[in-house]
Amino acid sequence: MPTIIEKIFQMHTEDKVEAGNTIWLNIDLRTARDFAGAKVVKNLLKHYSSEYIEDATKTFFTFDCNAPANTIEYANNQQICREFARKNGIKVYDVGRGIGSHVVIEEGLAYPGITAVGTDSHFNILGSVGAFGQGMGDIDIAFVFKTGKTWFEVPETVKVNFIGTPSAPWSAKDLALLCVKELRRKVLGRAIEFYGEIVDELSLAGRITLASMVTEMGGIIGFIPPNREVINFYSKRSGKEIKPVYADDATYEKEIDIDVSNLEPLIALPPSPSNVKRVRDVHDIKVDSVFIGSCTNGRVEDMQAVAKILKGKKIAENITLKVVPATREVWREMMNGEIMKELFNAGAIISHSACAGCASGQIGMTGEGEVQVSTSNRNFKGKQGAGDTYLASPETAAASALTGYITGVDEI
Amino acid sequence: MKVKGRVWKIEKDGKLMDDIDTDMIYHNKYLHITEQEEMAKYAFSNLEGWQDFPEKARKGDIIFAGENFGCGSSRQHAVDCFIALGINAIVAKSFGAIYKRNAINSGLAVLECNALDMAEVETGDEIEIDFETGEIKKNGICILKAKPMNKIQYAIYLAGNLFRYAEGI
Ligand code: SF4
Repeated sequence: MPTIIEKIFQMHTEDKVEAGNTIWLNIDLRTARDFAGAKVVKNLLKHYSSEYIEDATKTFFTFDCNAPANTIEYANNQQICREFARKNGIKVYDVGRGIGSHVVIEEGLAYPGITAVGTDSHFNILGSVGAFGQGMGDIDIAFVFKTGKTWFEVPETVKVNFIGTPSAPWSAKDLALLCVKELRRKVLGRAIEFYGEIVDELSLAGRITLASMVTEMGGIIGFIPPNREVINFYSKRSGKEIKPVYADDATYEKEIDIDVSNLEPLIALPPSPSNVKRVRDVHDIKVDSVFIGSCTNGRVEDMQAVAKILKGKKIAENITLKVVPATREVWREMMNGEIMKELFNAGAIISHSACAGCASGQIGMTGEGEVQVSTSNRNFKGKQGAGDTYLASPETAAASALTGYITGVDEI
Repeated sequence: MKVKGRVWKIEKDGKLMDDIDTDMIYHNKYLHITEQEEMAKYAFSNLEGWQDFPEKARKGDIIFAGENFGCGSSRQHAVDCFIALGINAIVAKSFGAIYKRNAINSGLAVLECNALDMAEVETGDEIEIDFETGEIKKNGICILKAKPMNKIQYAIYLAGNLFRYAEGI
């Protein structure tokens, strides 16, 4: 029996879907962001003379990398996209709206069972809602804008079973880091399906966190079968009847069990997301800056968790705490409650929604020797500046901002 | 189709490097560049010990690398910089999925070969690769077999890129 990805693919192709086959896949949702968007436009203008867009109602630009542009080159690139969009009737989610992969979830554009592509390597985040999402380069995306389809090698699927219930406090980020550690190399080029009590109960925000790091696990996409919360969310947002795709009795390439009963706060040391250690084993590392945000941990639930820890307290001296909500909607929710006030009073800098530090954006880079704790998903050398980046949960990041050292939430 | 070229083994401590990510290949500092020729200067611009690669590489050269080559972001620049340099092919133990697509779509040959470590090839050796069979030859003798490209991928490569391929279907 087919796996989730095979079922979704079969609904979007006339070719025979089977792991290893290369098929032509119809794409429901097509997006480009600001950094590669200009190249998408240039490709289209170079290779075609008219009718650049197969279906403008399915095509979008999302500006999130460098928003608003802080270099003339980026500003030029954004303007190229805007002008092309105007001429071709494409909607632009312009600077400030937020990270594209989150915007399409919030807008009800990407929902369970659809296929979507974008110029964002974390577009597979859509596995969090049971949709197929894939990041691609600008040639691929230009081709999809023009034709509405692309070729795809059907990957094998690995089933991951989480066993047990954690007894210590944990967050979805800790679960994601555990998966990067356990699954790296074992899922290269594969689709993953996640099962177990721990994922059944994950909130939409937690699902986004877990799915966002499948790229770092080396996988194509990780599906979390939609629960009631996800289905209700979409029924409301899209106004459509949502028919999630589940695998029943599917044949997997392999199954991997991961015991989560000992799950606890984890942290990935530079320069690799798979360099995962227990927070309590990492001692005496002085922190200079903390970044909370990105497509991995930029939801209001993440901000809530941070606010709860910082409430009524002040961050350590000489620490820069940079907070960037993933989207404008998250911003609004933060303003409606007490979150914004608590973060501000604790000493945070709060910026407008975008990828920010994760894409060398405005909230600042790290300098040589600077130690940053970040809730994003990559700590490769040079990714967020010249400094050393440690990847952790919002809770660990907040606790570290308070003490000025890498600190687990249970230690404060 | 067969290509010939001089090998560059991207090594660290005598071993083909694994996990060379797109930031090492093409740093995000230069992402605003949209002219392909200009990208040549920045190939491996953030890979320790290989920053001078653009000066040393010649047209037609072939790159050998370890596992998961090109993992990381979706930036096409990380492919385009090698095309601009005139690199003939990249052979790696495995590729990041997006990187592999990007390369195929723009007509840069990428081949996977699990046993690449075993090859008796040194940097500077001339080799020949047959894309259809995956055979890699040195001095006319087959020393290694890579996974051949699949049908669609090979057709895109022959057409030059995805756009040109699409004109023919
Ligand atoms: S937050 Fe970072 S990883 Fe996520 S989409 Fe933006 S740049 Fe990519």
